[in-house]
Amino acid sequence: MDPKLKKTKDSSSNSANSPDSTHSSFLFPDEVLERVLSLLHSHKDRSSVSLVCKDWYNAERWTRTKLFIGNCYSVSPEIVARRFPRIKSVTLKGKPRFSDFNLVPQYWGADVHSWLVMFAKVYPFLEELRLKRMTLSDESLKFLATSFPGFKALSLLSCDGFSTDGLKAIATHCKNLTELDIQENGIDDFGGGWLSCFSENCSSLEVLNFASLSSDVSFDALEKLVRRCKSLRILKVNKSISLDQLQQLLVQAPQLIELGTGSFQQELTPRQYEDLETAFSNCKNLQTLSGLWEATSLHLPVLYAACASLTFLNLSYATLRSDELAKLVAHSPNLRRLWVLDTVEDKGLETVGSSCPLLEELRVYPADPFELDLHHGVTEAGFLAVSHGCRKLHYVLYFCRQMTNAAVATIVQNCPDFTHFRLCIMNPGEPDYLTNEPMDEAFGAVVKTCTNLQRLAVSGLLTDLTFEYIGRYAKNLETLSVAFAGSSDRGMQCVLQGCPKLRKLEIRDSPFGNAALLSGVEKYETMRSLWMSACNVTMSACRLLAKDMPRLNVEVMRDEGSDDRQADKVYVYRSVAGPRRDAPPFVLTL
Amino acid sequence: MEKGVAYDNDMNLKATELRLGLPGTDESQKECSSFVKSNKRSSEEMDSSCNEEECAPAPKALVVGWPPVRSYRKNVLQQQQKKSDSDVSGMYVKVSMDGAPYLRKIDIKVYKNYPDLLIALENMFKCSMGVYSEREGYNGSEYAPTYEDKDGDWMLVGDVPWDMFVTSCKRLRIMKGSEAKGLGCQ
Repeated sequence: MDPKLKKTKDSSSNSANSPDSTHSSFLFPDEVLERVLSLLHSHKDRSSVSLVCKDWYNAERWTRTKLFIGNCYSVSPEIVARRFPRIKSVTLKGKPRFSDFNLVPQYWGADVHSWLVMFAKVYPFLEELRLKRMTLSDESLKFLATSFPGFKALSLLSCDGFSTDGLKAIATHCKNLTELDIQENGIDDFGGGWLSCFSENCSSLEVLNFASLSSDVSFDALEKLVRRCKSLRILKVNKSISLDQLQQLLVQAPQLIELGTGSFQQELTPRQYEDLETAFSNCKNLQTLSGLWEATSLHLPVLYAACASLTFLNLSYATLRSDELAKLVAHSPNLRRLWVLDTVEDKGLETVGSSCPLLEELRVYPADPFELDLHHGVTEAGFLAVSHGCRKLHYVLYFCRQMTNAAVATIVQNCPDFTHFRLCIMNPGEPDYLTNEPMDEAFGAVVKTCTNLQRLAVSGLLTDLTFEYIGRYAKNLETLSVAFAGSSDRGMQCVLQGCPKLRKLEIRDSPFGNAALLSGVEKYETMRSLWMSACNVTMSACRLLAKDMPRLNVEVMRDEGSDDRQADKVYVYRSVAGPRRDAPPFVLTL
Repeated sequence: MEKGVAYDNDMNLKATELRLGLPGTDESQKECSSFVKSNKRSSEEMDSSCNEEECAPAPKALVVGWPPVRSYRKNVLQQQQKKSDSDVSGMYVKVSMDGAPYLRKIDIKVYKNYPDLLIALENMFKCSMGVYSEREGYNGSEYAPTYEDKDGDWMLVGDVPWDMFVTSCKRLRIMKGSEAKGLGCQ
């Protein structure tokens, strides 16, 4: 710990004991403290700072302008309003992550409206709102658009409950909008008219991402908007924008740093093709490229000139073959992050290994997740090839249909710096396909070798041994995802007892029961949340947990037609706000 | 396919007994009854997601929310899959030319519009068909392209929008210009 900080702590605590309270301000005036603390941005640092002493708690709360709430139910709008008087930016996350995969019923909650009402009262100068897995209605969006005159940035990821009508309100009323980022939401798309709601005076946009919306927008309105907004650095359009339209946009905005193209398939005249090529080569600052829907080898070459500066290439919606990917990555030696579909197959990944030595993050998504035919997609060979060539790899998300313990062991030997290791062998309970053994040793190798591991997702046939390994070695683990794994309560117990930094534990379809759940009684308050679904937990154990730990919210959802005693879905999280007041009838708060 | 569809009625109680014992044996996999519950829900899930796009036939999605792919991505990829599947099948039609000893076959799905198709035909049969005009058809050209539509009628290529043509064209016939004059004057 910084000796200067320690010194101040001692003097402050001395002053707390002595009646002479001017003692600490003589040594360290509030104004100075606040000035220093206003330079702190990480919310984790601020949290630590606020725990030092009362003075520091106060100084911190007055200087915090960015609010991060990882679980919207862990605290209430009222509590937040009382503590932080000067907030300009809010990040709120709502539903448990498994809601992305339809495991949480609709109308579960995480509605942002009550938060917006509080913000309007206490933070009228709110500028930024970033929501993840929250529910918000068009009315909420209209309320947002009209309640905050200085509102600048809206980012919605994996949210639901609203439609393009709500976006109309934002475009119409937020005169100083710099950012509109709409990603992968459950949104009702009633048409692209919202884009035309931006006023002709609007020239402040820096970020515009509507890639996930499907309706056509007025190209004329878009082109004029792009032309006016000279500070635009991120533009991600949707599929309705054709290649020749894209060319016209690029000509207006060669300064772009991140580009998401529209549809990449169109009959082009040679002149149009040339113009497009030129437009791309004039984008000297391009670092991120995405979109590329329906891209084929016919048009990919127009990108080559822009690939040299790329650090992030998101091809996860382009069904590219290995040869198509090979040519692209050959032109992109500076790639740090690459997302692809498994249509590129192992061969494609081999070319990644040989072309992208600086690669740090690789994600391979399944083009046809429900296809069980082993002849498609990627295998351990592709992953191995990347690990040989890309020694700096530290983040991987890999969907495959077969894997071996030996391959994973080699992979982590090649790349020992993994911080995020998410391996999804798509058939539940799939063993090592060569030895027919469980995949325990694979994940054992991961946790033993990768000491900086923060996030782990396991899959395949796994016994308790995997979890013993995790508990014993994964000392920096913060997030663990488990599905169709483990043999008994012992597995979960090992994790709860062994991983000191564990914050999020999500488990589905695994044989962990009451003993496992209750072994974590002391642990859950140090975590953000626990999710257990289709495990062996009963209502009585949940009630016991709820009774023993009043500062935990224990919520149960039951499946239709299941036994009264079974707790089919359990969601446990710490909260200073007490039980939810907005829980729908199917959520039982114990 | 069989693994996921194990209709073992025992609840997860079995799984907590150390029955799963010897790892790696087929039995332990088939008896892993934690899949069962999910199967009950999977049909509901399929129904709800099967409204707009034609979903793949029932058995494909075996377990709710597995593999863990977000709905948005799933939907986008399903649409793309449909598109590419229909592209793969192709639309092969016979092409005959007056005076030629044998017929040819082409995949009209490969072409994006009429000019592309005509150029391809001209190259294939070493003939010239000229430019289409709504009033005059291919008047003045040595040859004119015609096609038989779904109703069995012989039509001049170019009258209807391209997409409509692709779905209604059954076969092509490259007629001598002099014979085609009749068609052009409709």
